[in-house]
Amino acid sequence: MFLQLLISGLSFGSLYALIAIAMVIIYKTSEVPNFGQGEMAMISTFVAYALLESYGYSFAISFIGALIFAAALGVFLEFVFLRRAKDPNTLNLILITLGFEMVLYGLAGWKWGADQRDLRFPVSDFDIVNLGSAVISYLNIATLLITLILMFVLFLFFKYTKVGIAMKATQQNAVAARINGIRTNRILSITWALSSVIGCVAGILLAPIATLDPNLMLEPLLKGFASAVLGGMTSLVGAALGGYMLGIIENLFGGYVSIEFKSVVAFMTIVLVLCFKPSGLFARHYVRRV
Amino acid sequence: MDMRRDYYEDIQLLDSKALWFWFLMLIASLIILPFLVPSYYVYIANYMAINVIVAVGLNILVGYTGQISLGHAGFFAIGSYFTVLSVTNLHLPFLLALLLAAIIAAFFGFLLGLPALRLKGPYLAIATLAFGMAITQVIGRWQIFGGRMGLEVPSPTLQGLLFSDGAYLLESDRELYFLILPIAFVLTMAARNLMKTKVGRAFIAIRDSDIAAETMGVNLVYYKTLAFAISAFYTGIAGGLYAILIGFINPSSFSFVLSIYFLAFVIVGGLGSIFGSIMGGVVMTWLILRLDKVQELPYLGSILSAFSDRWMSVIGLPNISSIVLGLIIILIVVFEPLGLYGFWIRTKIYWKTWPF
Repeated sequence: MFLQLLISGLSFGSLYALIAIAMVIIYKTSEVPNFGQGEMAMISTFVAYALLESYGYSFAISFIGALIFAAALGVFLEFVFLRRAKDPNTLNLILITLGFEMVLYGLAGWKWGADQRDLRFPVSDFDIVNLGSAVISYLNIATLLITLILMFVLFLFFKYTKVGIAMKATQQNAVAARINGIRTNRILSITWALSSVIGCVAGILLAPIATLDPNLMLEPLLKGFASAVLGGMTSLVGAALGGYMLGIIENLFGGYVSIEFKSVVAFMTIVLVLCFKPSGLFARHYVRRV
Repeated sequence: MDMRRDYYEDIQLLDSKALWFWFLMLIASLIILPFLVPSYYVYIANYMAINVIVAVGLNILVGYTGQISLGHAGFFAIGSYFTVLSVTNLHLPFLLALLLAAIIAAFFGFLLGLPALRLKGPYLAIATLAFGMAITQVIGRWQIFGGRMGLEVPSPTLQGLLFSDGAYLLESDRELYFLILPIAFVLTMAARNLMKTKVGRAFIAIRDSDIAAETMGVNLVYYKTLAFAISAFYTGIAGGLYAILIGFINPSSFSFVLSIYFLAFVIVGGLGSIFGSIMGGVVMTWLILRLDKVQELPYLGSILSAFSDRWMSVIGLPNISSIVLGLIIILIVVFEPLGLYGFWIRTKIYWKTWPF
């Protein structure tokens, strides 16, 4: 029982971790929690679905197409809306992302209605492997593996590539980065694209477990955001750990205490953690000048 | 703006005879309005009044005190559920039930204000959001709140407003208008006056810089939790009124999206302005109610129906409401961060110096 809960917790947790990482990448560069993240991922998943079902492409091509679409969507949001804001303080930027979320949600609802659809995923949720007393489905294995690989690639990206280092520089001090010849505006756009792509992967991995409808990412987004806050909003490792922790806590609570209040427990955890560590678990407390 | 020469000029309600005249005209027109327009428009006016209360309450928190909240649907839900429950189970008179519910909401606001003392920006956003989600989830699962099925709301009676029973039912939109509008009016004036007192100035000081405010002697613990409590009180009252206006409440009416709508009222109206909140509440309510029936609009409706038949889906057509509202939020923030109030100010200045 415990092992089983742990495994499904890890599998959900890795999705939360992906969303959390996507949000943290944005937050570090633009200082805005991107509430549009979930719907951006949702609509990209729908693009994958449309390519797969309506145009009959293979899964690989649809997947890549969705990723490209997600990248374009991220750049679009940054370039067309956020960069134009007259008074870019946190509240206003949050509102822009919330507005974008509503637009995308409406678009998806308009185009695809509220019908629940199935995204055909090459790995099935019903083929299982026995692990002692617990079972793990191929889909869960795939989710865990893809997440870990993606995290590793991100680690390498931030450590060894020129763009990744430029991103870190922009995050630390945009003015100094610009003085050193980094085109910070372009870096910003790339950051949004990257984050949107990560979100899209999470969406496509989630779609076969849940059903594909415009509400697909509503709760996962909030929980991903909660994981990011749990991990401290500024640390990628923290965000990933926060995601796994939240997934496991949620599943254990659902299994042992009450399945009804399963989705509340994530938020209660956050509020409790924030009461004691206001900057999350893995971040240094910020100090601010008056 | 003319120069203010003494303190009493700063705190008086209206600063000229002409303003008094227009103020009285406004009251008079609000009183005769329901007798001139069809019942459906009175219903819209009621809805607007309720949303104005929410917008004013949320503006006290977001616009004046600078604390973001994505969980006001939670207070709204607390207000409506406790109003209904104390009328049906405790047999309290309606106004007392409303007050009780609002005080309960204010207490929850105070509780939410406590973590807010240490949280900022995204952390506060997630904490308030978590609160709103938790409230809806708990209400949806707890049997006393009617669960997913929701609760029927009994119509208040005229005597029942103050005493525990009565015969004359307040059912029609016109009768409810004379219940809802005075409350909205009083609360709006109260907020306007509050912002001119010590409390209001403390809120503004916290918004501009909380650390600086604290060094100037503003008690942060007291005023931040107070801002949350007042804001929740307003939203709670609005929630109770909403319950009797709609006549039926269930958890799905208090979703996360509602919190965004509330925030949209404030943003579209203008942060840090009571008059802006009134405009925001009125305009946005009208838009929301109109866009829900987008296919019935003249000309545009049929074009959109044809378009969705060809390219999108006809069932999803009401989703246009979400698209338009989202775009409005984005455009307002991008082009006019002060909202409709900023627009109004600029128009006023333009006409003052016209034709130059």
